[in-house]
Amino acid sequence: MRELQIPRINETIYHEQLDNGLNVFYYPKEDFEKTFAIFSTRYGSIDQAFTPLQSDEIIRVPDGIAHFLEHKMFEKEDGDVFQHFSERGASANAFTSFTQTAYLFSSTSDTEKNVETLLDFVQDPYFTEETVEKEKGIIEQEIRMYDDQSDWRLFFGTLQSMFENHPVRIDIAGTVDSIYTITHEDLYTCYETFYHPSNMSLFVIGNFSLDKMADLVQTNQSNKEFAPIEKIQRDYGEEKDSVYKQKEIIRMPVQTPKCMVGIKDKKEHLQTDQLLKNELVRELVTDMYFSKSGKYFEELYDEGLVMDHLRLESYMEKTFGVTMIGGRTLKPEEFSERVKTMLLDLKDTTIAEDEFNRIKKRKYGELIRDFNDLEGTANQIIHYHDLNVDYRDIFETLENLTREDMSSVISDWIDEDRMSVCMILPEEE
Amino acid sequence: MTELLKQSIQKDTFDLHLIHTKKFKTNTIALKFTRPLEREGITERALLPFVLQKGTEDYPSERALRQRLDELYGAKFGIYGSKKGENHIITFVLDLPNEKFIKGEDSLTKQGLQFLTNVLTKPKAKQDAFDEKLVEKEKETLKNKIQSIIDEKMQYANMRLIDEMCEDEPYGIHSHGYLDDLPQLTGESLYNTYQQMLFEDQLDIFVVGDFENAQMETSIDTAFSFSRKPSVSIVRSEAQLPETVQTVTEKQKIKQAKLHMGYRTGVHFSDKEFPALQVFNGVFGGYPHSKLFLNVREKHSLAYYAASRFESNKGLLFVFSGIAPEKFDQAREIIEEQHQTISEGQISDEEINQTKKAIINQLKETLDRSSGIIELFHQQIIGGKSEKPQTIIDQIDAVTKDDVITVSKQIKLDTVYFLTAENGGEEA
Repeated sequence: MRELQIPRINETIYHEQLDNGLNVFYYPKEDFEKTFAIFSTRYGSIDQAFTPLQSDEIIRVPDGIAHFLEHKMFEKEDGDVFQHFSERGASANAFTSFTQTAYLFSSTSDTEKNVETLLDFVQDPYFTEETVEKEKGIIEQEIRMYDDQSDWRLFFGTLQSMFENHPVRIDIAGTVDSIYTITHEDLYTCYETFYHPSNMSLFVIGNFSLDKMADLVQTNQSNKEFAPIEKIQRDYGEEKDSVYKQKEIIRMPVQTPKCMVGIKDKKEHLQTDQLLKNELVRELVTDMYFSKSGKYFEELYDEGLVMDHLRLESYMEKTFGVTMIGGRTLKPEEFSERVKTMLLDLKDTTIAEDEFNRIKKRKYGELIRDFNDLEGTANQIIHYHDLNVDYRDIFETLENLTREDMSSVISDWIDEDRMSVCMILPEEE
Repeated sequence: MTELLKQSIQKDTFDLHLIHTKKFKTNTIALKFTRPLEREGITERALLPFVLQKGTEDYPSERALRQRLDELYGAKFGIYGSKKGENHIITFVLDLPNEKFIKGEDSLTKQGLQFLTNVLTKPKAKQDAFDEKLVEKEKETLKNKIQSIIDEKMQYANMRLIDEMCEDEPYGIHSHGYLDDLPQLTGESLYNTYQQMLFEDQLDIFVVGDFENAQMETSIDTAFSFSRKPSVSIVRSEAQLPETVQTVTEKQKIKQAKLHMGYRTGVHFSDKEFPALQVFNGVFGGYPHSKLFLNVREKHSLAYYAASRFESNKGLLFVFSGIAPEKFDQAREIIEEQHQTISEGQISDEEINQTKKAIINQLKETLDRSSGIIELFHQQIIGGKSEKPQTIIDQIDAVTKDDVITVSKQIKLDTVYFLTAENGGEEA
């Protein structure tokens, strides 16, 4: 077991990789009441073309299958797994993102039993034709709920305008049509390929005994048999660095329009050794110019182009990266033109020293605050681990960042060819 | 479970609650101004948080104010309005990194308190009026916010249910204000409301984190030394039960319909039946093991979500579900049936036990967030009953099946609100 220390905030995390390939993290925090555990696989909505276990040929599965599989993991021959957690007062849940499917619980008692249940239910699939059919109505309602949410539509509209072929452009839950084609055999194929322990991580954080927990996980895993470790080939199609479309308009019955400007990352920006720095600079730039303390936010507000705050998001993964700036606006055309101009202007802007120091202070405080949140901390560390990045390096990356570094990252990042706009507009009468 | 170290000190013009814990990397300071919810002046109270965050005498713009917070290592700051029962609360909250984690900083908390005093006592106002230009601009912002509620269907349906259900009661007052009030609202009327808040509202100050109590008390005294004359008291609503059930249907261009139902429980936070109400809610619709989730979603695949939530201070309970438009009758029937089965005593020991554990788990988890700790203790002040978390847990544990049945029989459906698709569910 390795000790991962974070001296700046007096914290220690423990990590080990088991013989079956599973990566396990333990982060005891005995001041807390609860324990949170998350069991996560490197398998998300974008993994739809891949080589199944013991095969060399790439197959393609229906849109939304990773999310469908997540729903179905909870159902077993003897009923619903939620029940087992509920019996101990634990609350269990799961989520599917572009690159990850994760099962989790939090509890304030019987933590070891809950961890065991978590490991066991995720490692014991049970899919039948009947249970798969029954789930379709539920997921259809979930998809339709998202269809009515303008923020969700705006987010995907932006991705769809940026990406031509990469499956990040496909809604995580798939479409009503695509989910109806999913069979239980499909689920088994995906499960066997992506739920091998060597493709997964377990993170336990909170109030538990390190030794007992580590023993339990060890024993539990060594009592199970798994296929030999194999490398999975994944195919995301060919995607150029420039955006697919410059503009996408979605009509919905909304009162107030919404607009988002997205910047697509070049593939070379996603290299492992550059990732933390590149992502940090994107966040610092959006904070420094487009958050409420930012010069550009103030201008947009004074010009009546933005109403409350802006939505600022960055996602950088191995195969795609985006940064988005958006919000509600009564003048979406003007908003998008102004934001694009502002971004392009940044290439020739010298960053003032006081602004730079202030934004670094802010980021430092936010990094510290993030550790208040057990779920967030676990997610963050797993996310970077999956990208082969040690999240602890973020402190040093921030401390060592200079204005020159920042300017050079910016000039390489921002480019008109890699910007798209998406708008949600009220329906025409 | 770890005992929370809470010290409450009654000052002349406010109550101070110090909660010491080493759990967090930050310290949180919250000021809560409370007064009875009234139709008059509510739009002003809704607008105040917007205007106060747009700058002060010393930090003349929103940007300057936010830059100050960046300087304080990304201190998180917000002002927001809310209602608890028939009371309106304006909260100022500041969350600062604990200086022990930052090299060369030893006065962050002090600077944070100075910032709060500045926002509270030196707003952008002259001669008893807020800056007129600023007020006009923020009136626009509030107007847009109110008009956009209809875009968030779940929130909209909640609001409409309460509109219909509590039309003639203070609880029905919109804490986000009214469009009709905006034209008459001026820098003066707003300043007047602000003065009332500052000097007359009940004020509770909470501090959560790792600090010296005596030192913190002195710092708070220094920071909030302005003179006050609290002259309002908290409203505890009377129990009230409906005579008939009303059904309201509204149509919009949407794909998923929202079926929201409002009940009256007649049970309030300080009542001895309150723990039984919590257990009832858990058996009925509070959790994934509850009857609503299992029957509406799992058994009949009617909805992605189907849940219930209770309101502690007014004695209300709400059911929410998102369903296909054509499933209204079936879903309503199943929901009402679940309530009925509880009243008839069709509750297993397992359901009761799971629910108790889930409630206790949730309570303990609340204590792992500083905002959770503050809300828990503030609810006790509003509800008029202060207890240690362990006592609350013991009371939940003591609830019997009969207690749940008794409460269930008392709960009455008041209003069914259905937001549905214009074309009645046919694919467009």
